Amino acid sequence: MSENKTPVLEVIDLGIDFGGLTAVNDFNMKVFNEEIVGLIGPNGAGKTTVFNMLTKVYQPTRGSIKFLGQDTSKMTVVDMNKAGIARTFQNIRLFSNLSVIDNVKIGMHNSISYNNVDAIFRLKKFHDEENRIQNEAMELLKIFELDDKAEIIAGNLPYGAQRRLEIARAMATNPKLLLLDEPAAGMNPQETQELMTMIRFVRDHFKIAVLLIEHDMKLVMGICERITVLNYGMMLAEGTPEEIQANPHVIKAYLGE
Amino acid sequence: MKTENNFFKKLFAKNYRSRTISFLIIIVGYIVVEALMMSGNLSSMFQSLLVPVTCYIVAAIGLNLNVGVSGELNLGQAGFMCIGAFSGVCVSGALAPFISNGIVRLLMAIVVGAVLAALFGMIIGIPVLKLQGDYLAIVTLAFGEIVKSLINNMYIGFDSEGFQFSFVDNNLHLGPGGKALINGPMGATGTERISTFTIGVLLILAALFIVYNLMYSRSGRAIMACRDNRIAAESVGIHVANTKMLAFVVSASLAGAAGALYGLNYSTLVPSKFGFNLSILILVYVVLGGLGNMTGTIISTIVLVLLPELLRGLADYRMIIYAVILIITMILTNNEKFRGWMAKLKDSLSFKKQPKEVEAHE
Repeated sequence: MSENKTPVLEVIDLGIDFGGLTAVNDFNMKVFNEEIVGLIGPNGAGKTTVFNMLTKVYQPTRGSIKFLGQDTSKMTVVDMNKAGIARTFQNIRLFSNLSVIDNVKIGMHNSISYNNVDAIFRLKKFHDEENRIQNEAMELLKIFELDDKAEIIAGNLPYGAQRRLEIARAMATNPKLLLLDEPAAGMNPQETQELMTMIRFVRDHFKIAVLLIEHDMKLVMGICERITVLNYGMMLAEGTPEEIQANPHVIKAYLGE
Repeated sequence: MKTENNFFKKLFAKNYRSRTISFLIIIVGYIVVEALMMSGNLSSMFQSLLVPVTCYIVAAIGLNLNVGVSGELNLGQAGFMCIGAFSGVCVSGALAPFISNGIVRLLMAIVVGAVLAALFGMIIGIPVLKLQGDYLAIVTLAFGEIVKSLINNMYIGFDSEGFQFSFVDNNLHLGPGGKALINGPMGATGTERISTFTIGVLLILAALFIVYNLMYSRSGRAIMACRDNRIAAESVGIHVANTKMLAFVVSASLAGAAGALYGLNYSTLVPSKFGFNLSILILVYVVLGGLGNMTGTIISTIVLVLLPELLRGLADYRMIIYAVILIITMILTNNEKFRGWMAKLKDSLSFKKQPKEVEAHE
């Protein structure tokens, strides 16, 4: 079997209750390597809740999440990132008082090998590592067309650039799976078009899987190879964009009877 | 020659300027004070303020790392100073018969004070920093009061068998040659005054060196990331509790070191000196100097310590004037227009011939 056939992420019968309310139930999903998968559904369907469970912001009540064949039931938010899941947020969460390049460098936190003693006494290891991540961060910023804004405070960036910086920061953690929560929200059609090219490029360049939540159907149908539809916390349908577009249940969920 | 030129250029490059300026302020200030002292132009009242000012600056630099850079409110800096002061007095007192050199004993007292304060910081930080919100403020506030009351009721002596502790009056049972170091509410009496201004200045330089190098490194970025957005910091794999702990413990240990220096500057030292007021005073230095701004902290500490003394001529009105100046400064520094003027002033004063350097930190 080729490597493409082992799932990067395998979600089995996942469910979560908030008090007495079941937000997500019996959710199953597989994401394979170098695949772009879309997670869509009407507002309040539980898409972001699924993301929060995948990154352990919420601990699932039922079911299991396997990442790279490994059980993740005991892992925390930090562990999930170290294992190789990186994410962006629906409402942008940047380190808004810090410069653009520092945002990316913070993403590289766990790849830096010097300790506090090296830092305080500015030993050779500190300089070597700082030079390394400076170059790597600039390269990453170039990919996301932010290299000319490296020293700008992140909070002062225009909206579209903030979205791109969030993806750049997520990529700085060197993930195997990238979760994008509404990456095109608030973007104009041209920016969305550029974003699509960028997501494809990131997948091809870094050879990672991408799972994205999006309401912009042009983007979803344009770049996703498979789509999962969520409605009222339950899985409604799964398939290629063509299959989803033709699925009567999906049409009903979105447009009503 | 060329490398030397580059070195100076680097010192005043954008990312280094604030660091260089704060070091310069301390060094120039030291030279001026020493010159004044040598020429006999410094009144004894100002001379008596020299060591305390250095102590406050060190404690304030530490607190700025905790409050400004890490964003956690700490109201117990005086408690950590208290631990440093009395442990420092004990170390110096106990070692007096063995080591006659005051400087060596002072340095050992500073190290012990810093380590003990860091230890206490860790103990209260472990449960508290896992929580979100202002719990650290409440816990450190209580901690400061507890430390003060504990030492107020503590008797410590030293004899041939080592340190003796007691919480009951005169119950130390010291052996021959033993001496009482801390006498409960009377505090430490008969302490040999070994603190010097020079050591104080060196301690400030060391504190600046540690704090700056930590701030502009992997850990410093992580600390600021946790302050700016806790959820995002976790999502990129930063352990928030540990990161905040680092800032808190470094802050506490600097307060401990400052406390040791402070304690050994007086022949009599009572625990009630390290009350809530002192914690707030240091917090005022930090807030007025600017959160995360070490240069500002240094300047505001010096000004606010000297101000009441300079206003002494106004007799009863001096504390009113002091308060009014504080309030005006706070309002002005939050005024958009005033900040705009200051920024313009700064721009016109800055070195315009700088070549554009794309270096980030180094």
